[in-house]
Amino acid sequence: MEEIKKKFGELIKVVFVKPLRIKIQVEPRDIVEVATFLRDSMGFDHAESAGGTDYPKENQIEVIYHLGSYTREDLGAHILSLTARTSRDDARLPTLINVYKSVEYHERETFEMLGVYFEGHPRNERFLLPEDWADIPPLRKDFRIKGR
Amino acid sequence: MTSLEDKFEESKKLGLQIVRESEEDRLMTLSVGPQHPGSGHFRFTVKVDGDYIVYCDPDPGYVHRGEEKMCEYRNVIQNIPHLERPVIHDSSNITYSYSLAIEELAGIEVPRRGQYIRALASELNRQVYTLYWLAIYGIFLGHSTMFMWPTGDRELFIDLLEALTGARVTHAFNIPGGVRNDIPDGFKDWCIRQMRYFQKRLKEYEDIFYNMPLFRQRTEGVAVLSKEDAVKLGVAGSVLRASGVPYDIRKAEPYDIYNEIDFKVQYMKTGDCFARSYVPFLDMQESCHIIEQLLDKMPQSGEVRAKLQPNPKGPPGETYRRVESGRGALGYYIVSDGTPKPYRVKISVGSFRNMLALPYLLVGQKLADMPAVYWSLNYWPVEADR
Repeated sequence: MEEIKKKFGELIKVVFVKPLRIKIQVEPRDIVEVATFLRDSMGFDHAESAGGTDYPKENQIEVIYHLGSYTREDLGAHILSLTARTSRDDARLPTLINVYKSVEYHERETFEMLGVYFEGHPRNERFLLPEDWADIPPLRKDFRIKGR
Repeated sequence: MTSLEDKFEESKKLGLQIVRESEEDRLMTLSVGPQHPGSGHFRFTVKVDGDYIVYCDPDPGYVHRGEEKMCEYRNVIQNIPHLERPVIHDSSNITYSYSLAIEELAGIEVPRRGQYIRALASELNRQVYTLYWLAIYGIFLGHSTMFMWPTGDRELFIDLLEALTGARVTHAFNIPGGVRNDIPDGFKDWCIRQMRYFQKRLKEYEDIFYNMPLFRQRTEGVAVLSKEDAVKLGVAGSVLRASGVPYDIRKAEPYDIYNEIDFKVQYMKTGDCFARSYVPFLDMQESCHIIEQLLDKMPQSGEVRAKLQPNPKGPPGETYRRVESGRGALGYYIVSDGTPKPYRVKISVGSFRNMLALPYLLVGQKLADMPAVYWSLNYWPVEADR
Protein backbone atom coordinates (compact mmCIF):
# COMPACT_ATOMS: atom_id res chain seq x y z
CA MET A 1 0.00 0.00 0.00
CA GLU A 2 2.74 2.41 0.98
CA GLU A 3 4.53 1.69 -2.28
CA ILE A 4 1.53 2.58 -4.40
CA LYS A 5 1.05 5.81 -2.48
CA LYS A 6 4.69 6.76 -2.88
CA LYS A 7 4.60 6.12 -6.59
CA PHE A 8 1.35 7.85 -7.46
CA GLY A 9 0.70 10.19 -4.53
CA GLU A 10 -2.30 12.35 -5.21
CA LEU A 11 -3.38 10.48 -8.34
CA ILE A 12 -5.08 7.73 -6.39
CA LYS A 13 -7.68 7.92 -3.66
CA VAL A 14 -7.64 5.17 -1.05
CA VAL A 15 -11.27 4.29 -0.30
CA PHE A 16 -10.61 1.78 2.47
CA VAL A 17 -7.97 -0.58 3.82
CA LYS A 18 -9.40 -3.61 5.62
CA PRO A 19 -7.58 -6.82 6.49
CA LEU A 20 -6.86 -8.55 3.15
CA ARG A 21 -8.93 -6.05 1.17
CA ILE A 22 -7.84 -2.72 -0.28
CA LYS A 23 -9.91 -0.47 -2.48
CA ILE A 24 -8.43 2.36 -4.46
CA GLN A 25 -10.04 4.78 -6.86
CA VAL A 26 -8.31 6.41 -9.79
CA GLU A 27 -9.21 8.81 -12.55
CA PRO A 28 -10.12 7.06 -15.82
CA ARG A 29 -7.09 8.52 -17.63
CA ASP A 30 -4.67 7.00 -15.08
CA ILE A 31 -6.20 3.54 -14.82
CA VAL A 32 -3.98 1.83 -17.39
CA GLU A 33 -0.82 3.25 -15.86
CA VAL A 34 -1.81 2.26 -12.32
CA ALA A 35 -2.86 -1.22 -13.45
CA THR A 36 0.44 -1.74 -15.26
CA PHE A 37 2.32 -0.75 -12.12
CA LEU A 38 0.21 -3.10 -9.98
CA ARG A 39 0.92 -5.97 -12.34
CA ASP A 40 4.62 -5.40 -12.89
CA SER A 41 5.83 -4.13 -9.54
CA MET A 42 3.25 -5.32 -7.01
CA GLY A 43 2.61 -8.87 -8.26
CA PHE A 44 -1.14 -8.65 -8.88
CA ASP A 45 -1.06 -10.90 -11.91
CA HIS A 46 -4.72 -11.51 -12.76
CA ALA A 47 -8.18 -10.00 -12.39
CA GLU A 48 -10.65 -12.24 -10.60
CA SER A 49 -13.64 -10.29 -11.70
CA ALA A 50 -14.71 -6.98 -13.09
CA GLY A 51 -18.09 -5.42 -12.79
CA GLY A 52 -19.83 -2.20 -12.14
CA THR A 53 -22.32 -0.45 -9.94
CA ASP A 54 -24.78 2.19 -10.99
CA TYR A 55 -25.19 5.27 -8.79
CA PRO A 56 -28.01 7.32 -10.35
CA LYS A 57 -28.05 9.89 -7.52
CA GLU A 58 -24.47 10.91 -8.29
CA ASN A 59 -25.03 10.32 -12.02
CA GLN A 60 -22.05 7.98 -12.07
CA ILE A 61 -21.15 4.38 -12.80
CA GLU A 62 -18.35 2.78 -10.86
CA VAL A 63 -16.39 0.06 -12.61
CA ILE A 64 -14.47 -2.22 -10.26
CA TYR A 65 -11.69 -4.72 -10.96
CA HIS A 66 -10.84 -7.27 -8.28
CA LEU A 67 -7.16 -8.04 -8.67
CA GLY A 68 -5.45 -11.03 -7.10
CA SER A 69 -2.14 -12.83 -7.21
CA TYR A 70 -1.34 -16.46 -8.00
CA THR A 71 2.41 -16.14 -8.15
CA ARG A 72 3.17 -14.32 -4.89
CA GLU A 73 2.27 -16.55 -1.97
CA ASP A 74 2.03 -13.72 0.56
CA LEU A 75 -0.58 -11.98 -1.60
CA GLY A 76 -2.70 -15.10 -2.15
CA ALA A 77 -5.36 -14.00 0.32
CA HIS A 78 -5.38 -10.34 -0.75
CA ILE A 79 -7.76 -8.70 -3.15
CA LEU A 80 -7.04 -5.23 -4.44
CA SER A 81 -10.08 -3.46 -5.84
CA LEU A 82 -9.20 -0.97 -8.52
CA THR A 83 -12.07 1.33 -9.38
CA ALA A 84 -12.79 4.21 -11.67
CA ARG A 85 -15.92 6.28 -12.05
CA THR A 86 -17.46 7.55 -15.22
CA SER A 87 -20.47 9.65 -16.07
CA ARG A 88 -23.76 7.82 -16.66
CA ASP A 89 -24.63 9.87 -19.73
CA ASP A 90 -21.49 9.07 -21.67
CA ALA A 91 -20.03 6.05 -19.95
CA ARG A 92 -16.54 5.43 -21.35
CA LEU A 93 -13.41 3.99 -19.86
CA PRO A 94 -10.10 2.80 -21.29
CA THR A 95 -9.93 -0.99 -21.43
CA LEU A 96 -7.51 -2.96 -19.28
CA ILE A 97 -7.39 -5.86 -21.72
CA ASN A 98 -3.77 -5.14 -22.65
CA VAL A 99 -2.73 -5.24 -19.01
CA TYR A 100 -4.96 -8.05 -17.77
CA LYS A 101 -6.00 -10.50 -20.44
CA SER A 102 -8.38 -12.06 -17.93
CA VAL A 103 -10.78 -9.09 -18.00
CA GLU A 104 -11.79 -9.69 -21.62
CA TYR A 105 -15.16 -11.34 -20.97
CA HIS A 106 -15.83 -9.43 -17.78
CA GLU A 107 -15.53 -6.12 -19.62
CA ARG A 108 -17.78 -7.39 -22.36
CA GLU A 109 -20.35 -8.33 -19.76
CA THR A 110 -20.06 -4.92 -18.11
CA PHE A 111 -20.58 -3.27 -21.47
CA GLU A 112 -23.90 -4.96 -22.08
CA MET A 113 -25.13 -4.97 -18.49
CA LEU A 114 -24.23 -1.39 -17.60
CA GLY A 115 -23.57 0.25 -20.92
CA VAL A 116 -19.97 1.22 -20.25
CA TYR A 117 -18.03 1.46 -23.49
CA PHE A 118 -14.46 0.24 -23.11
CA GLU A 119 -12.21 2.17 -25.45
CA GLY A 120 -9.73 -0.15 -27.11
CA HIS A 121 -11.63 -3.34 -26.34
CA PRO A 122 -11.95 -5.28 -29.61
CA ARG A 123 -15.48 -6.49 -28.97
CA ASN A 124 -17.93 -4.20 -27.21
CA GLU A 125 -20.87 -6.38 -28.19
CA ARG A 126 -23.66 -8.62 -26.95
CA PHE A 127 -22.56 -11.51 -24.77
CA LEU A 128 -25.05 -12.99 -22.33
CA LEU A 129 -28.20 -11.14 -23.32
CA PRO A 130 -30.39 -12.28 -26.24
CA GLU A 131 -29.46 -11.00 -29.68
CA ASP A 132 -32.74 -9.10 -30.03
CA TRP A 133 -32.44 -7.30 -26.70
CA ALA A 134 -33.80 -3.78 -27.26
CA ASP A 135 -33.90 -2.07 -23.91
CA ILE A 136 -31.54 -0.13 -21.69
CA PRO A 137 -28.67 -2.04 -20.04
CA PRO A 138 -30.40 -4.17 -17.39
CA LEU A 139 -28.14 -3.59 -14.42
CA ARG A 140 -28.76 0.15 -14.49
CA LYS A 141 -31.04 1.18 -11.69
CA ASP A 142 -33.67 2.72 -13.96
CA PHE A 143 -34.28 -0.67 -15.56
CA ARG A 144 -37.09 -2.28 -13.59
CA ILE A 145 -38.16 -5.91 -13.66
CA LYS A 146 -41.74 -6.11 -14.88
CA GLY A 147 -44.28 -6.30 -12.08
CA ARG A 148 -41.87 -5.24 -9.36
CA MET B 1 6.37 -29.38 -66.70
CA THR B 2 3.51 -26.92 -66.62
CA SER B 3 2.80 -25.30 -63.35
CA LEU B 4 -0.59 -25.10 -61.73
CA GLU B 5 -0.79 -21.44 -62.69
CA ASP B 6 -0.22 -22.22 -66.38
CA LYS B 7 -2.87 -24.90 -66.31
CA PHE B 8 -5.32 -22.44 -64.84
CA GLU B 9 -4.61 -19.88 -67.56
CA GLU B 10 -4.91 -22.59 -70.20
CA SER B 11 -8.28 -23.73 -68.91
CA LYS B 12 -9.54 -20.13 -68.98
CA LYS B 13 -8.59 -19.89 -72.66
CA LEU B 14 -10.56 -23.04 -73.31
CA GLY B 15 -13.61 -21.36 -71.78
CA LEU B 16 -13.88 -23.67 -68.81
CA GLN B 17 -15.59 -22.20 -65.77
CA ILE B 18 -13.06 -23.15 -63.16
CA VAL B 19 -13.18 -21.19 -59.90
CA ARG B 20 -10.07 -21.11 -57.83
CA GLU B 21 -10.36 -22.27 -54.23
CA SER B 22 -9.98 -19.38 -51.81
CA GLU B 23 -8.79 -19.55 -48.23
CA GLU B 24 -12.34 -19.08 -46.97
CA ASP B 25 -13.64 -22.06 -48.95
CA ARG B 26 -11.37 -24.38 -47.06
CA LEU B 27 -12.96 -23.49 -43.73
CA MET B 28 -16.22 -24.92 -42.52
CA THR B 29 -18.16 -23.23 -39.74
CA LEU B 30 -19.81 -25.49 -37.20
CA SER B 31 -22.13 -24.44 -34.45
CA VAL B 32 -21.79 -26.59 -31.35
CA GLY B 33 -24.77 -26.39 -29.04
CA PRO B 34 -26.71 -24.95 -27.29
CA GLN B 35 -29.03 -27.94 -27.41
CA HIS B 36 -26.52 -30.64 -28.11
CA PRO B 37 -26.04 -32.64 -24.91
CA GLY B 38 -22.30 -32.57 -25.47
CA SER B 39 -22.11 -28.83 -25.15
CA GLY B 40 -24.27 -28.25 -22.12
CA HIS B 41 -26.47 -25.18 -22.39
CA PHE B 42 -23.81 -23.33 -24.25
CA ARG B 43 -23.07 -22.52 -27.85
CA PHE B 44 -19.73 -22.01 -29.43
CA THR B 45 -18.83 -21.59 -33.05
CA VAL B 46 -15.81 -23.36 -34.42
CA LYS B 47 -14.22 -23.11 -37.85
CA VAL B 48 -12.46 -26.21 -39.04
CA ASP B 49 -9.82 -26.63 -41.70
CA GLY B 50 -10.15 -30.31 -42.48
CA ASP B 51 -9.80 -31.96 -39.10
CA TYR B 52 -8.28 -29.02 -37.27
CA ILE B 53 -10.01 -26.23 -35.41
CA VAL B 54 -8.70 -22.85 -36.52
CA TYR B 55 -11.17 -20.53 -34.82
CA CYS B 56 -13.45 -20.72 -31.81
CA ASP B 57 -15.90 -18.17 -30.45
CA PRO B 58 -17.92 -18.91 -27.30
CA ASP B 59 -21.45 -17.53 -27.20
CA PRO B 60 -22.89 -18.02 -23.71
CA GLY B 61 -26.21 -16.73 -22.45
CA TYR B 62 -28.65 -19.49 -23.40
CA VAL B 63 -29.63 -19.97 -19.75
CA HIS B 64 -28.96 -16.43 -18.53
CA ARG B 65 -31.43 -15.69 -15.74
CA GLY B 66 -30.33 -12.31 -14.46
CA GLU B 67 -29.49 -13.57 -10.98
CA GLU B 68 -27.61 -10.38 -10.14
CA LYS B 69 -30.60 -8.20 -10.93
CA MET B 70 -32.98 -10.50 -9.08
CA CYS B 71 -30.88 -10.14 -5.94
CA GLU B 72 -31.55 -6.40 -5.83
CA TYR B 73 -35.30 -7.01 -5.43
CA ARG B 74 -35.25 -9.46 -2.53
CA ASN B 75 -33.95 -9.29 0.98
CA VAL B 76 -30.86 -11.26 1.91
CA ILE B 77 -32.61 -14.43 3.12
CA GLN B 78 -35.04 -14.55 0.18
CA ASN B 79 -32.05 -14.56 -2.15
CA ILE B 80 -30.79 -17.96 -1.00
CA PRO B 81 -33.13 -20.31 -2.94
CA HIS B 82 -32.72 -18.61 -6.31
CA LEU B 83 -28.96 -18.11 -5.96
CA GLU B 84 -28.38 -21.86 -5.87
CA ARG B 85 -30.19 -22.42 -9.18
CA PRO B 86 -27.12 -21.75 -11.38
CA VAL B 87 -25.43 -24.87 -10.08
CA ILE B 88 -27.85 -27.15 -8.31
CA HIS B 89 -25.28 -29.95 -7.94
CA ASP B 90 -23.05 -27.69 -5.87
CA SER B 91 -25.70 -25.60 -4.18
CA SER B 92 -24.05 -25.53 -0.76
CA ASN B 93 -20.91 -23.89 -2.11
CA ILE B 94 -22.62 -21.24 -4.18
CA THR B 95 -24.54 -19.98 -1.15
CA TYR B 96 -21.52 -20.36 1.13
CA SER B 97 -19.63 -17.29 -0.01
CA TYR B 98 -22.88 -15.34 -0.20
CA SER B 99 -23.47 -16.17 3.47
CA LEU B 100 -19.91 -15.17 4.36
CA ALA B 101 -20.35 -11.83 2.62
CA ILE B 102 -23.68 -11.08 4.30
CA GLU B 103 -22.25 -12.06 7.69
CA GLU B 104 -19.38 -9.65 7.20
CA LEU B 105 -21.70 -6.81 6.18
CA ALA B 106 -24.25 -7.38 8.94
CA GLY B 107 -21.69 -8.31 11.61
CA ILE B 108 -23.09 -11.76 12.34
CA GLU B 109 -21.04 -14.20 14.43
CA VAL B 110 -21.54 -17.86 13.45
CA PRO B 111 -21.43 -20.53 16.21
CA ARG B 112 -18.56 -22.99 15.85
CA ARG B 113 -20.74 -26.03 15.39
CA GLY B 114 -22.59 -24.20 12.63
CA GLN B 115 -19.29 -23.47 10.90
CA TYR B 116 -18.33 -27.14 10.97
CA ILE B 117 -21.68 -28.33 9.68
CA ARG B 118 -21.70 -25.98 6.74
CA ALA B 119 -18.15 -26.90 5.81
CA LEU B 120 -19.29 -30.54 5.96
CA ALA B 121 -22.29 -29.86 3.73
CA SER B 122 -20.05 -28.04 1.26
CA GLU B 123 -17.52 -30.86 1.10
CA LEU B 124 -20.26 -33.44 0.53
CA ASN B 125 -21.71 -31.21 -2.16
CA ARG B 126 -18.35 -30.83 -3.84
CA GLN B 127 -18.19 -34.64 -4.15
CA VAL B 128 -21.67 -34.70 -5.72
CA TYR B 129 -20.66 -32.10 -8.28
CA THR B 130 -17.32 -33.67 -9.12
CA LEU B 131 -18.89 -37.10 -9.59
CA TYR B 132 -21.48 -35.63 -11.91
CA TRP B 133 -18.76 -33.91 -13.89
CA LEU B 134 -16.72 -37.12 -14.05
CA ALA B 135 -19.74 -39.02 -15.37
CA ILE B 136 -20.14 -36.50 -18.18
CA TYR B 137 -16.43 -36.57 -18.95
CA GLY B 138 -16.55 -40.35 -19.13
CA ILE B 139 -19.51 -40.60 -21.48
CA PHE B 140 -18.16 -37.98 -23.88
CA LEU B 141 -14.95 -39.89 -24.21
CA GLY B 142 -17.01 -42.96 -25.09
CA HIS B 143 -16.57 -44.73 -21.78
CA SER B 144 -20.08 -45.65 -20.69
CA THR B 145 -19.00 -47.47 -17.52
CA MET B 146 -17.51 -44.22 -16.32
CA PHE B 147 -20.92 -42.67 -16.82
CA MET B 148 -22.76 -45.33 -14.82
CA TRP B 149 -20.42 -45.67 -11.86
CA PRO B 150 -20.11 -42.04 -10.73
CA THR B 151 -23.81 -41.47 -11.36
CA GLY B 152 -24.55 -44.40 -9.09
CA ASP B 153 -22.02 -43.45 -6.42
CA ARG B 154 -23.37 -39.93 -6.36
CA GLU B 155 -26.31 -41.42 -4.51
CA LEU B 156 -24.04 -42.11 -1.52
CA PHE B 157 -23.62 -38.40 -0.98
CA ILE B 158 -27.08 -37.40 -2.11
CA ASP B 159 -28.55 -39.74 0.52
CA LEU B 160 -26.31 -38.21 3.18
CA LEU B 161 -27.28 -34.69 2.13
CA GLU B 162 -30.93 -35.63 2.03
CA ALA B 163 -30.74 -36.81 5.64
CA LEU B 164 -28.81 -33.67 6.58
CA THR B 165 -30.78 -31.01 4.74
CA GLY B 166 -34.09 -32.55 3.68
CA ALA B 167 -33.60 -32.12 -0.06
CA ARG B 168 -31.72 -34.12 -2.65
CA VAL B 169 -30.21 -31.36 -4.77
CA THR B 170 -31.23 -27.79 -3.94
CA HIS B 171 -30.60 -27.70 -0.21
CA ALA B 172 -30.84 -24.00 0.75
CA PHE B 173 -28.89 -25.16 3.77
CA ASN B 174 -26.03 -22.70 4.17
CA ILE B 175 -27.60 -19.44 5.22
CA PRO B 176 -26.27 -16.21 6.75
CA GLY B 177 -25.73 -17.03 10.41
CA GLY B 178 -24.97 -20.73 10.07
CA VAL B 179 -27.01 -23.68 8.82
CA ARG B 180 -30.69 -24.45 8.84
CA ASN B 181 -30.73 -27.66 10.91
CA ASP B 182 -28.54 -29.68 13.21
CA ILE B 183 -27.21 -33.03 11.98
CA PRO B 184 -29.47 -36.07 12.57
CA ASP B 185 -28.69 -38.94 14.98
CA GLY B 186 -26.25 -41.55 13.77
CA PHE B 187 -25.11 -39.34 10.91
CA LYS B 188 -21.43 -39.55 11.79
CA ASP B 189 -21.19 -43.35 11.66
CA TRP B 190 -23.23 -43.52 8.48
CA CYS B 191 -21.08 -40.84 6.86
CA ILE B 192 -17.84 -42.63 7.75
CA ARG B 193 -19.24 -45.92 6.42
CA GLN B 194 -20.16 -44.31 3.11
CA MET B 195 -16.75 -42.65 2.92
CA ARG B 196 -14.89 -45.95 3.43
CA TYR B 197 -16.87 -47.54 0.63
CA PHE B 198 -16.33 -44.53 -1.62
CA GLN B 199 -12.58 -44.57 -1.11
CA LYS B 200 -12.54 -48.18 -2.28
CA ARG B 201 -14.54 -47.17 -5.33
CA LEU B 202 -12.11 -44.37 -6.13
CA LYS B 203 -9.36 -46.96 -6.52
CA GLU B 204 -11.56 -48.81 -8.99
CA TYR B 205 -12.17 -45.59 -10.91
CA GLU B 206 -8.47 -45.18 -11.26
CA ASP B 207 -8.03 -48.72 -12.57
CA ILE B 208 -10.84 -48.69 -15.07
CA PHE B 209 -10.62 -45.11 -16.31
CA TYR B 210 -7.51 -43.14 -15.49
CA ASN B 211 -5.12 -46.03 -16.10
CA MET B 212 -6.79 -47.13 -19.31
CA PRO B 213 -4.37 -46.76 -22.26
CA LEU B 214 -7.13 -45.48 -24.56
CA PHE B 215 -8.06 -42.69 -22.17
CA ARG B 216 -4.43 -41.81 -21.67
CA GLN B 217 -3.85 -41.56 -25.40
CA ARG B 218 -6.82 -39.29 -25.86
CA THR B 219 -5.86 -36.89 -23.07
CA GLU B 220 -2.11 -36.94 -22.45
CA GLY B 221 -0.34 -34.07 -24.14
CA VAL B 222 -3.58 -32.70 -25.58
CA ALA B 223 -4.27 -28.96 -25.29
CA VAL B 224 -1.49 -28.01 -22.91
CA LEU B 225 -2.02 -24.85 -20.86
CA SER B 226 1.29 -23.59 -19.54
CA LYS B 227 1.69 -22.12 -16.08
CA GLU B 228 2.36 -18.61 -17.40
CA ASP B 229 -0.71 -18.67 -19.64
CA ALA B 230 -2.91 -20.06 -16.87
CA VAL B 231 -1.94 -17.15 -14.65
CA LYS B 232 -2.34 -14.65 -17.46
CA LEU B 233 -5.78 -15.92 -18.41
CA GLY B 234 -6.78 -15.92 -14.75
CA VAL B 235 -8.33 -19.39 -14.81
CA ALA B 236 -9.51 -20.93 -11.56
CA GLY B 237 -9.85 -24.17 -9.69
CA SER B 238 -8.75 -27.50 -11.11
CA VAL B 239 -7.72 -25.94 -14.44
CA LEU B 240 -5.29 -23.67 -12.62
CA ARG B 241 -3.99 -26.41 -10.34
CA ALA B 242 -3.47 -28.76 -13.29
CA SER B 243 -1.09 -26.19 -14.77
CA GLY B 244 1.18 -26.23 -11.76
CA VAL B 245 -0.17 -23.40 -9.59
CA PRO B 246 -1.01 -24.80 -6.14
CA TYR B 247 -3.72 -22.26 -5.39
CA ASP B 248 -6.80 -23.19 -3.40
CA ILE B 249 -8.93 -20.64 -1.54
CA ARG B 250 -9.34 -23.09 1.35
CA LYS B 251 -5.58 -22.83 1.86
CA ALA B 252 -4.81 -19.34 0.56
CA GLU B 253 -7.55 -17.54 2.46
CA PRO B 254 -9.05 -20.05 4.95
CA TYR B 255 -12.66 -19.26 5.73
CA ASP B 256 -14.62 -20.51 8.74
CA ILE B 257 -12.73 -23.46 10.26
CA TYR B 258 -10.56 -24.51 7.31
CA ASN B 259 -7.40 -23.33 9.06
CA GLU B 260 -7.95 -26.11 11.62
CA ILE B 261 -8.12 -28.80 8.94
CA ASP B 262 -5.00 -30.56 7.74
CA PHE B 263 -5.04 -31.14 3.99
CA LYS B 264 -2.84 -30.76 0.93
CA VAL B 265 -3.54 -28.70 -2.16
CA GLN B 266 -3.57 -31.21 -5.01
CA TYR B 267 -1.91 -30.05 -8.20
CA MET B 268 -0.09 -31.33 -11.28
CA LYS B 269 2.45 -29.73 -13.54
CA THR B 270 1.73 -31.02 -17.03
CA GLY B 271 -1.30 -28.81 -17.80
CA ASP B 272 -2.79 -31.17 -20.39
CA CYS B 273 -6.27 -32.69 -20.54
CA PHE B 274 -5.17 -35.61 -18.40
CA ALA B 275 -3.96 -33.34 -15.61
CA ARG B 276 -7.16 -31.29 -15.78
CA SER B 277 -9.25 -34.44 -15.43
CA TYR B 278 -7.05 -36.03 -12.78
CA VAL B 279 -6.86 -33.07 -10.40
CA PRO B 280 -10.62 -33.21 -9.58
CA PHE B 281 -10.12 -36.91 -8.86
CA LEU B 282 -7.30 -36.11 -6.42
CA ASP B 283 -9.55 -33.44 -4.92
CA MET B 284 -12.20 -36.07 -4.27
CA GLN B 285 -9.67 -38.20 -2.38
CA GLU B 286 -8.57 -35.18 -0.36
CA SER B 287 -12.18 -34.23 0.33
CA CYS B 288 -12.76 -37.62 1.94
CA HIS B 289 -9.98 -36.86 4.44
CA ILE B 290 -11.42 -33.40 5.09
CA ILE B 291 -14.88 -34.85 5.77
CA GLU B 292 -13.46 -37.35 8.27
CA GLN B 293 -11.58 -34.58 10.08
CA LEU B 294 -14.63 -32.34 10.15
CA LEU B 295 -16.68 -35.12 11.75
CA ASP B 296 -13.96 -35.78 14.32
CA LYS B 297 -13.24 -32.21 15.32
CA MET B 298 -16.82 -30.98 15.38
CA PRO B 299 -18.03 -29.75 18.79
CA GLN B 300 -20.47 -32.33 20.15
CA SER B 301 -23.18 -29.86 21.05
CA GLY B 302 -24.08 -26.23 20.72
CA GLU B 303 -25.96 -23.82 18.55
CA VAL B 304 -25.83 -24.24 14.78
CA ARG B 305 -27.28 -20.89 13.80
CA ALA B 306 -26.91 -17.36 15.09
CA LYS B 307 -30.11 -15.64 16.12
CA LEU B 308 -31.02 -13.24 13.35
CA GLN B 309 -33.46 -10.39 13.01
CA PRO B 310 -36.23 -11.02 10.48
CA ASN B 311 -34.49 -8.79 7.94
CA PRO B 312 -30.78 -8.76 8.71
CA LYS B 313 -29.05 -5.59 7.60
CA GLY B 314 -25.89 -3.75 8.42
CA PRO B 315 -24.37 -0.34 7.87
CA PRO B 316 -23.67 0.73 4.27
CA GLY B 317 -20.54 -0.88 2.95
CA GLU B 318 -19.18 -3.40 0.51
CA THR B 319 -17.33 -6.68 0.61
CA TYR B 320 -15.81 -9.34 -1.61
CA ARG B 321 -15.78 -12.87 -0.18
CA ARG B 322 -14.91 -16.12 -1.88
CA VAL B 323 -14.83 -19.85 -1.29
CA GLU B 324 -13.39 -22.76 -3.23
CA SER B 325 -16.21 -24.46 -5.09
CA GLY B 326 -16.06 -27.53 -7.31
CA ARG B 327 -15.13 -25.28 -10.22
CA GLY B 328 -12.70 -22.94 -8.52
CA ALA B 329 -12.93 -19.68 -6.66
CA LEU B 330 -16.49 -18.45 -6.25
CA GLY B 331 -16.68 -14.84 -5.15
CA TYR B 332 -19.45 -12.46 -4.26
CA TYR B 333 -19.05 -8.72 -4.47
CA ILE B 334 -21.90 -7.21 -2.48
CA VAL B 335 -22.63 -3.51 -2.02
CA SER B 336 -25.07 -2.64 0.72
CA ASP B 337 -26.76 0.72 1.18
CA GLY B 338 -28.03 -0.05 4.68
CA THR B 339 -31.41 -1.45 3.62
CA PRO B 340 -32.40 -5.13 3.92
CA LYS B 341 -32.01 -5.57 0.16
CA PRO B 342 -28.51 -5.66 -1.36
CA TYR B 343 -27.76 -2.66 -3.58
CA ARG B 344 -25.59 -4.64 -5.98
CA VAL B 345 -24.55 -8.27 -6.12
CA LYS B 346 -21.83 -9.41 -8.49
CA ILE B 347 -21.13 -13.12 -8.71
CA SER B 348 -17.69 -14.08 -9.95
CA VAL B 349 -17.68 -17.76 -10.83
CA GLY B 350 -14.94 -20.13 -11.89
CA SER B 351 -16.82 -21.30 -14.97
CA PHE B 352 -17.04 -17.81 -16.44
CA ARG B 353 -13.32 -17.33 -15.93
CA ASN B 354 -12.40 -20.73 -17.36
CA MET B 355 -14.40 -19.97 -20.50
CA LEU B 356 -11.61 -17.63 -21.58
CA ALA B 357 -9.30 -20.63 -21.88
CA LEU B 358 -11.63 -22.44 -24.28
CA PRO B 359 -10.80 -20.60 -27.55
CA TYR B 360 -7.20 -20.48 -26.43
CA LEU B 361 -6.98 -24.26 -26.02
CA LEU B 362 -9.26 -25.41 -28.83
CA VAL B 363 -7.52 -23.62 -31.69
CA GLY B 364 -5.04 -26.04 -33.20
CA GLN B 365 -6.71 -29.17 -31.85
CA LYS B 366 -8.53 -31.80 -33.87
CA LEU B 367 -12.31 -31.60 -33.87
CA ALA B 368 -12.45 -35.10 -32.43
CA ASP B 369 -10.59 -33.85 -29.36
CA MET B 370 -13.14 -31.11 -28.77
CA PRO B 371 -15.16 -32.96 -26.06
CA ALA B 372 -11.97 -34.00 -24.26
CA VAL B 373 -10.75 -30.39 -24.14
CA TYR B 374 -14.09 -28.73 -23.49
CA TRP B 375 -15.19 -30.89 -20.55
CA SER B 376 -11.71 -30.92 -19.05
CA LEU B 377 -12.20 -27.21 -18.32
CA ASN B 378 -14.62 -28.14 -15.54
CA TYR B 379 -17.05 -25.74 -17.14
CA TRP B 380 -20.65 -25.45 -16.03
CA PRO B 381 -22.59 -23.35 -18.57
CA VAL B 382 -25.52 -22.55 -16.31
CA GLU B 383 -23.22 -21.16 -13.67
CA ALA B 384 -21.27 -19.09 -16.18
CA ASP B 385 -24.48 -17.51 -17.50
CA ARG B 386 -25.96 -16.85 -14.06
